[in-house]
Amino acid sequence: MFTEKRKNIIAALLIVAFLSYSFFLYFSLPVKNKSVSKETSKGKLVWQQYNCNACHQVYGLGGYLGPDLTNTYSLRGPAYIKAFLQNGTATMPNFNLNGKEVNALLAYLRDIAASGKGDPRTFTINNNGTIQQ
Amino acid sequence: MAPSNSKQEAPFRLFVIAALLLLGTGMFWGVTGGLQYLIPGFLKSYLPFQKIRPLHVSSVVFWIIFNSTGAVFTYLQQHTGKKIYSQLLIKIQLIIFSLSVITILISYCAGIFGGREYWEFHPILALPIVAGWILFLINFIKSAGSFRNQPVYVWMWFTGILFFLFTFLESYLWIFPYFRNNVVNDMTVQWKSYGSMVGSWNMLIYGSSIFLMDKISNSKNYSHSSMAFLLYFIGLFNLMFNWGHHIYTLPTHNYIKHISYAISMTELFILGRIIFNWRASVSAAKKNFHKTAYRFLVAADAWIFLTLLLAIIISVPGINLYTHGTHITVAHTMGATIGINSFLLLAIAFDILNDTCLSFEPYKKLFNRGYWLANISLFVFWISLIGAGVVKAKWQLSTSQIPFSSMMLQLRPFFIVFFISAVVMMTGFLCIIYPLLKNNVLCYFKFKTTGKIQTHYYSPAA
Ligand code: HEC
Ligand code: HEM
Repeated sequence: MFTEKRKNIIAALLIVAFLSYSFFLYFSLPVKNKSVSKETSKGKLVWQQYNCNACHQVYGLGGYLGPDLTNTYSLRGPAYIKAFLQNGTATMPNFNLNGKEVNALLAYLRDIAASGKGDPRTFTINNNGTIQQ
Repeated sequence: MAPSNSKQEAPFRLFVIAALLLLGTGMFWGVTGGLQYLIPGFLKSYLPFQKIRPLHVSSVVFWIIFNSTGAVFTYLQQHTGKKIYSQLLIKIQLIIFSLSVITILISYCAGIFGGREYWEFHPILALPIVAGWILFLINFIKSAGSFRNQPVYVWMWFTGILFFLFTFLESYLWIFPYFRNNVVNDMTVQWKSYGSMVGSWNMLIYGSSIFLMDKISNSKNYSHSSMAFLLYFIGLFNLMFNWGHHIYTLPTHNYIKHISYAISMTELFILGRIIFNWRASVSAAKKNFHKTAYRFLVAADAWIFLTLLLAIIISVPGINLYTHGTHITVAHTMGATIGINSFLLLAIAFDILNDTCLSFEPYKKLFNRGYWLANISLFVFWISLIGAGVVKAKWQLSTSQIPFSSMMLQLRPFFIVFFISAVVMMTGFLCIIYPLLKNNVLCYFKFKTTGKIQTHYYSPAA
């Protein structure tokens, strides 16, 4: 079934398809780059710097010890989040963040909340197994 | 075939030995993380969970990478019957990798993170990994010679090495603001890279396992067969295009999700084949079960079935909606990395390391106990994660949600079972790793002082 020539052709086709898919995607990312505020950009880096991801999820992806934070900003507001950031909890450490870091994180969480809804209850399931929001 | 345990294989063994040490360390961090689930605030001021998690994940991912690298070098040399192109490059690669891993683990303890899921470290530390990997690629291409009429495992090794490099570099595209400035764009590319990266190390591991199977059964029929190549191409196809099943709920392009859903379902073919071949596999397993290396291959077979079944189920978007973001995902990840990857790698480690100046005969009972402890407790471990996931899945979709912390309290019984089974599993693994390490380290120093090795061949058939 697989002669040497056929193997090479299949492999070549797959590689071309993969590279085209990859580069097509890089140049047509789902959200056309709107300008982002400096705060938001910084917030993302602060988020990574403290590894919030180890315990929290965004769109269901991340560690599992803490809650998903995709829409926390829109549901609970900045004051609520600030209280957590400044005090920590039994499990969540107090990172002793300075005012600038707190504001940057707030801007970042606001940006995430505005990007869509992560709550699974906002989806409906179609008969063919796909989902829709 | 080149003689095994010759001087040339020494650096390959060092990769495998370092890998086993990383597996031991990784499980220790895992158990510590499990304890933090049970005791809120445990070690919070010294090694909080945000440090333990990357310590765990990086240690075990490097276990996979080190062992696969050692396996590819050893088996490529045995396959071609010629020495690997450059021993010097291998040594440089080993030194670069070892120093990088140590630095990476220390950086987490110092609170320096990459801060991204699921495997990241500071971008500067990614540079030596890329450099070491390029040496691996050069050494592989130069040693493999012509690619004509090669068995499937040579294709798989080459694919794994190439795609690891590509996806690893891709996972760092975020350093450009163009890729990271929007959370949806960032997560799309992030999961494209990590989704495929798993496929790339699977290629290295599965390729080496097929080589080992051939070696045990003393036949190359399978690795040149059309079925082997068909399965390889299905695997490659999935590696390239199924990554979107990680991001069904992300508001990214719909076509990404549809493509991934359709392609993930092609794995049903592999599942069907396992069921179809069930009888034959069981009788082959019975016949060879007394061979230690083979035994791990049998365990991995059972786990391939369980993991594939779960993977296909959670790749249906409508089901994924429930399971996403719960411990069912963790059950899938650790089921695959322990049940499949680690058992296959242990079979390989056994094959590479069992030929030493000291006999493994006194440890036969210990291996046997370790084997069963690891397997049975892994099953309990897996079920407890699925149980925790089911309860959280119900919570995620209920209209009247109790607070997150109350839901976590309901999961406690599952976490207790998880922790106990994890400790037993770690004990099982240590029963297997310890003798392997001990004999090899002792014989390594003996070799250093006497300059020659007395081989006391403990054949996998013994
Ligand atoms: C060690 C784990 C851990 C780390 C690291 C962590 N958190 Fe938390 N966080 C938690 C837990 C657990 C809760 C839930 C507390 C509760 O409900 O009792 C929480 C709650 C929160 C909440 C409130 C969510 C809600 O819906 O009630 C916010 C906001 C938050 N964390 C933000 C952050 C940010 C930002 C970071 C990084 C700077 C971070 N956390 C790092 C564990 C962690
Ligand atoms: C004693 C054994 C082990 C214990 C107790 C353990 C525990 C854990 C814990 C607590 C987490 C974090 C879950 C979370 O985010 O909340 C985790 C994640 C993970 N573990 Fe383990 N682990 C063990 C062994 C292993 C081994 C041997 C491997 C691989 C070879 C492995 C691979 C992983 C991976 C890849 C993740 C990331 C999971 C994800 O994001 O879905 N673990 N483990």
